[in-house]
Amino acid sequence: MEEICYGLLRALELIAARDPQVMEITIRSLFISLSSAFLAGIICIPLGGLIEFRQFWGKSALINLIQTLYSLPTVTVGLLVFLLISRSGLLGGLNLLFSPTGMIFGQAILVSPIMIGLTITALEGVGPQIRDTAKSLGANEKQIIVTVIKEARVAVMAAVLLGFGRALSEVGVAMMIGGNIRGYTRVLTTAIALETSMGNLELSIAMGIILITISLAINILLNRFQRK
Amino acid sequence: MARNLLKMALVLMALSVLCGAAGAAGGERLKLATTTSLQDTGLLDVIKDKFDEKYNVALDVVSGGTGIAIQYAQRGDVDVLIVHDKERELKFIKDGQGLERRCIAYNYFFLVGPKNDPAGVKGMNASYALATIMEKGKADPSKVMFISRGDNSGTHAREKLLWKNAGYAYSAVNTSGPWYIEAGQGMGATLNIANEKQAYTISDMSTFMAYQGNLTLVPLIEGGDELLNVYVAMAVNPEKHPGVNCVLANMFINYLVSDEGQDLIASYGKDKFGQPLFSPARGNCELIGCSEAECAARTSASCAVA
Repeated sequence: MEEICYGLLRALELIAARDPQVMEITIRSLFISLSSAFLAGIICIPLGGLIEFRQFWGKSALINLIQTLYSLPTVTVGLLVFLLISRSGLLGGLNLLFSPTGMIFGQAILVSPIMIGLTITALEGVGPQIRDTAKSLGANEKQIIVTVIKEARVAVMAAVLLGFGRALSEVGVAMMIGGNIRGYTRVLTTAIALETSMGNLELSIAMGIILITISLAINILLNRFQRK
Repeated sequence: MARNLLKMALVLMALSVLCGAAGAAGGERLKLATTTSLQDTGLLDVIKDKFDEKYNVALDVVSGGTGIAIQYAQRGDVDVLIVHDKERELKFIKDGQGLERRCIAYNYFFLVGPKNDPAGVKGMNASYALATIMEKGKADPSKVMFISRGDNSGTHAREKLLWKNAGYAYSAVNTSGPWYIEAGQGMGATLNIANEKQAYTISDMSTFMAYQGNLTLVPLIEGGDELLNVYVAMAVNPEKHPGVNCVLANMFINYLVSDEGQDLIASYGKDKFGQPLFSPARGNCELIGCSEAECAARTSASCAVA
């Protein structure tokens, strides 16, 4: 217990002093996870819309599958993406392994099921009269999807934020794809794993606090959105 | 509301582009896969800073055990590697995956354990000590335990070799009872586990010294040929993996074997631990079983793809 208290104090000190190492890692974490959430968002939101609005064979099975993948283990995604972008892999020529771009790519895949699934749920919540009104006003499919997404924007935004949270807090993809390279691909979660194994608990606690604070901020943001 | 969202998206995008551009700036990148001991002790951080500055290169250090480091190299994912398992190094070169070995540093493995040494192995030779730990551990696993890295690292390979020397098949050892625990983690984490359980383990000297402050374990056996630990750098063969940067890899290896690199290795840890953590290979080539060529600089011609 004493250790935790002491660690907390040291952690606050490190944060207050804007320890350059901690700051740099925090900014990189935010950048990578924001980018992956953004990348996943621009693909998954329209995709969710298409799945919701089209009728096709196996639709409910597909939605079931997507929902199962919410809890996709991060190390499995890490392994798959590793095999894909390793130089001997399918996309080896792109030279993405052990780079921030590779991590963004991997995390985007990781959070895609959540974003698609929650987008579908969000759009389901929009009453059919809006869809019908848009249709009766002569909107084509694309315009209808855009209208309904706009109507459900709060819930859709929540999906993106949740995806961002998952990307920020995961360690499997970050470790396996990024390689935890100092000053290049080291992010909060991998740094915590490393510093803990090295016995530098204060630094770990400091970065843990930052991670929790960011999660808290995301949550507050989420609640704000939902209240509006 | 929609406008706010749009604004937020735009800010996000601008941020991404900005950060992406910042990340892309700077010179070439050299990817190095290394055993954990060189990274966890902080030696590679020091070498990286000097090397980056001198050659305007960004050295990307990916650390893992010797097993995963060789795996990365075989897939062409790194340009150069530093490992410490002679058998696998020779195989790696024989398979045409890597170019010549270069011995850069050495020290010794330690057999470490609780201060009261419940198995009474202090001062024995290493393989005999392991056999004793096994015998006592089987008799009373609550008193005598052994933690293995269990991760295919160079240290794990050495442990297996010691079991072989002691006359046991490894498959018979690691299934023989609760006294034998496989951690499946890096050296530092394994030392922490051994410390919590007051168990024996094998550690490279440098990691043990770097972690000593947090441990109550003590070294019980500290030297001897059986525990010699030689670190070797190898460039990945560009003929097998056209994507690798052999010229930079050569530059890095030659920096390591140069006087400047060897001095860095020889002095690292003196101020912090009272004694250096690694001995340079320079001047001790024969002692550590390396040929003269294996301690010399590489020529740039060795990168030419036939």
